[in-house]
Amino acid sequence: MGEKKKKIIKTVKVDADKCNGCRACEVACSAFHSTPKYSGNNPARSRIQVIRHPLKDIYIPVFAGEYTSAECMGRDKYVIDGKEYEECAFCRASCPSRDLFKEPDSGLPLKCDMCESDPDLEEPLCVQWCLADALTYEEREEEVEEEVAQEELEIGLESLAHKYGLEKIMDAVARMSMKD
Amino acid sequence: MKVVLSYAPAAHDESKNVSWAQVIWKGNNMRYAETGFNLEIDLSRGNIERVETDPRDTELYLGGLGTNAKILWDRVPPEVEPFSPDNLLIFSTGLLCGTPATGCNRTIVSTLSPQTRLMAFSMMGGFWAPELKYAGYDKVILRGKSPDLVYLWINNDKVEIRDASHLRGKGAVETAELIRQELNEPKAQVAAIGLAGENRVYFASIEQGRSSASRAGIGAVMGDKGLKAIVVRGTKDINIARPAEFIGLCNEVLKYIKFRNENPIPGVMPILAGLGSPQEMKVHDEKWHTENFAWGNSRVRRKEFWNEEIAKDWMETMETMRTRLISCYNCPMTCGATMSPPGLPTYMMKCFSKLTYTMAAFSDLQFGLGIAQSATEYGVDAFSAPQVMAFALELYENGILTDEDFPGMPSDNEGRFYWLLDRIVRREGIGDVLANGTYWAAKEIGKGAEEYAHNNIKKHEQLPLKLGMLNPIYFLMYATGEKINITQIEGQFPQAPFPTREEREAFVKDWFQIPDEKFKQYFLDWELRGEKSIPYYPTPEMCCDIVDWQERMHYIDDALGMCAGLSSFPLKPPYHIHNYPKFISAAAGIDMDEEKLTQAIKRYRTLVRANNTRRGMRRKDEKPPEDHWRKRFPELEEKLLDTYYKFKGWNNQGIPTKESLHELGLDYVFEDFEKRGIYSDNGDTPSEETSAEKEKE
Repeated sequence: MGEKKKKIIKTVKVDADKCNGCRACEVACSAFHSTPKYSGNNPARSRIQVIRHPLKDIYIPVFAGEYTSAECMGRDKYVIDGKEYEECAFCRASCPSRDLFKEPDSGLPLKCDMCESDPDLEEPLCVQWCLADALTYEEREEEVEEEVAQEELEIGLESLAHKYGLEKIMDAVARMSMKD
Repeated sequence: MKVVLSYAPAAHDESKNVSWAQVIWKGNNMRYAETGFNLEIDLSRGNIERVETDPRDTELYLGGLGTNAKILWDRVPPEVEPFSPDNLLIFSTGLLCGTPATGCNRTIVSTLSPQTRLMAFSMMGGFWAPELKYAGYDKVILRGKSPDLVYLWINNDKVEIRDASHLRGKGAVETAELIRQELNEPKAQVAAIGLAGENRVYFASIEQGRSSASRAGIGAVMGDKGLKAIVVRGTKDINIARPAEFIGLCNEVLKYIKFRNENPIPGVMPILAGLGSPQEMKVHDEKWHTENFAWGNSRVRRKEFWNEEIAKDWMETMETMRTRLISCYNCPMTCGATMSPPGLPTYMMKCFSKLTYTMAAFSDLQFGLGIAQSATEYGVDAFSAPQVMAFALELYENGILTDEDFPGMPSDNEGRFYWLLDRIVRREGIGDVLANGTYWAAKEIGKGAEEYAHNNIKKHEQLPLKLGMLNPIYFLMYATGEKINITQIEGQFPQAPFPTREEREAFVKDWFQIPDEKFKQYFLDWELRGEKSIPYYPTPEMCCDIVDWQERMHYIDDALGMCAGLSSFPLKPPYHIHNYPKFISAAAGIDMDEEKLTQAIKRYRTLVRANNTRRGMRRKDEKPPEDHWRKRFPELEEKLLDTYYKFKGWNNQGIPTKESLHELGLDYVFEDFEKRGIYSDNGDTPSEETSAEKEKE
C-alpha cells in the first residue's frame, strides 16, 4: 500500500443565490493578474467570469479550469428550479466553443491560480472583493493515499503480454530502463 | 486640438444595409484611466471617426459631464434647437469608469433637452460605460439624423451603423435582448430607447442594464436622431498610472463600505441610514414616503395612510414579484431588483419608481409595479410620466379636458393610467399633447390648465413633495440646481436637524467627509425649533457653504462616473473631497489636490451654467414651485439667492461675471457673452414654442 500524505485543498464556495451580478470578481481578478500587478483592468482577461442572464435570473460565477482543444460533441441543457441553463454555464474549460477564459489578444488559455503569489494573499482577491458573499474561501486538509494501483498495472501488462508475447514485453521494459 | 486618425475606407454592404469603418491603430501615447479617444458619429452621412482627445482638457474638465459641457459649449451654439441635426447627443463615460474603483460605472448623457430647452445631463448606472472604455473610447458623440432607424454596434475597433427597422416599436428591454441574440454577443451592453423615444416624447428615457437615463427627455433626442440603440462590447485594457497606490485606495473604500453596511446612521429614516441609492427595493416600510410625499397630481398628503394591513399587503406584493436584488457594475450595493409581475415579462427596477405610479394613481403597489413594466419597455421617466397622467385626469375632473379628449378611456383609475400611457407614447389624440410634459401641454390646452402644471422647475416635473416651512438649504438647491432634480444636488448634510445636542454630537464625531470643520458647528447648532431653526438658520452664508459642498460632490461624481449612492447622495459616504484627489492622481496620473479639484469642478460647473445662460436661463427661471412650501418668505428667498449668486461669482441675474470667468480660465465664455450682449439682457423669455414647433420653422 502507498504512503499517506496531507494536502491542502483550496476551495472557493460559490453561492450563486447570493450573486448580485456586479462582476467585481472579474475586476479584481484582471487587476491582480495584470503586469505589473494592478496596472491594468480588463474583465475579458479575468479567470473568473459571471455567466449572467438577468431577465432569466441566472448568475453563475465560473472559475477558469483546464484548456481543451476540442469542444463537446453535444451541448446539454439543465433545468434547475424551473430555470434552464446551458451546460456550458457550469463548465470551467477554456474551449473553442466560446471566448471565455482566453487572453483577448493572443487567444491563449487562462486558468485560475487561486491568486498564488509571494507574499500569499489571505484569500483569492475575487473572494475579498465579493461583498455579496457569493464567493467564500475555504481551505481544508485532506489525507491522500498515494497508492500504486497494482491491480490495474497488472491487468494492463497481462493484456499486452497476451497481444505481443511476454518476451517482447520484457525486452521492451529492459530497453526502457537502460535509457534512464 | 483634435487629431483625426486614419481609417480603412468605409465600406457599404447594400445587402445588409450595414456600413462600417475598420479603425486602424496608429501609435498611441499612453493615457491612464481614460482611453484618450472619442467616437464621432455623423448619423446623416453614416460617417464614423475615432478622434484623439486633448489630455489638457482632462486636467481642466476631468471627463464625463465636465468635458461634455466643454464640447457642447464649443460646438452647439444657442441657435441650435434640441431637434436639430446640429444638436449633439453625447454618451460619455466618467474619468474613472473601467478602473477598479468600486461603483464607478455611470454613463453621462448630455444634449439639449426638448422639454427644458436647456442643457440636459441625465445619467445611468448599469454596465455600459465600463464596456465602452474597454472597447477603447471615452465618449460617443452623435450628430446629424439618420434617415432610417438604425443602431450603433461598437465592437472594439470595429464600429457599424446597422439597420434597426425590424426593432421599430419594440420595447427597450426587448430590444436589448433581440440585439444580443442577433449579434450572438451575450456580453454586449445595450442602451436603447422604447416607443416613447422613437416618438420623441419629451420625457422619454434611455434604458440600459438595470438603469436608465431618464430626466429631461434625452430619449426623445435619441429617437429624433433615428438611433434605436448603442451596443458595446470591449475587451481591451484600461491602464492605471500608479497601480499599488490606486488599489490601496480601492481597498480602503471597500473596507469603509463594509463598516457602513454594518453601522447604519442612527436617528435618520432607514433609506437614508445606509449607503447606495435609497434602498427602495429592500425596504418594505413605506410610511415615510406614502405619508410625506404627495399623491395624485402632486396634491394630496395622506397623513394616516400607512397601516398594518397595507404594510402586509405591499410586502407580499414585493416578495412575490421581486426575484433578486441586483447591482450595477463593480458595486456591492444592491439598489435594484429584477421584477416579475404575474403574467408580465421580467424587467429591472430601482429606487423611487417603486411608488411614483402607485401614488399618482391613488392605487396600490401591485398596480405600480405592474404598470412600471410597460413604462420601462416604452422608456419613460418615472417621475414625469405618472405626473403627466395624473395632471391629465385632474384636468378632466375639472372640466378643462372633456370626454371628447378621452374617447374610449376606461372608467377605473388604473385602467385610465394604462390607457393614457399608451396614448402618450404613441402620441395619439390627447396623448400627443401630453407627450410634451405638463408645462407645454398646459400651454397648448389653455383654459387655465397652467394652474395644474404646478410642480415644475424650469419646465420640468419635480418630485411630488409639498411641505410646510421653507427650508433655506433646499430653497437654494431647488432654485439653482441645473440637473433640475433634487436628488441630484442634495446629500452630505442631514436633511433635518437632530432633536438633541447629544445626538448631534454623536453624529459629528466621525464625520471626516466634511471639507471644513465649520460644517460640524453648523450642524451642532441647528435646532428643530427656536432661534436656530429654519427658515432663518442656517443663515444665508451658511446655506451657501452647505449647498456648494453638496453640489460639488455631485459634480465630481458626474465627471468621474461615480454613482451618487457611494458618494454625493448618502451621509458619510466612502468617497469624499479628501480621497477623490488621490483617486484621480493615482488612476489618471494627473497631479491633483483638493484645491485643484475644487477649481476644476467650479470650472465645468460654471460652463454648464454658461451653456444655459446662453440659452436664456435667468434669475426668473430659478424658483421652486409656488406651492412647494406652505410658508414662504419672499424677502428671505431674495436674500438667499442674492447671497448665493455672489458666493458663486454670478451677477444678480445668475450670470457668471467677467472676474469669476477669468479666474477659472474661461475668458472665452466672457468673450462670447459680450458678443451676444448677454450681460445687458435681463431675462426676456427665450422661447415659448415647443421644440417640435421650433424645428418646423
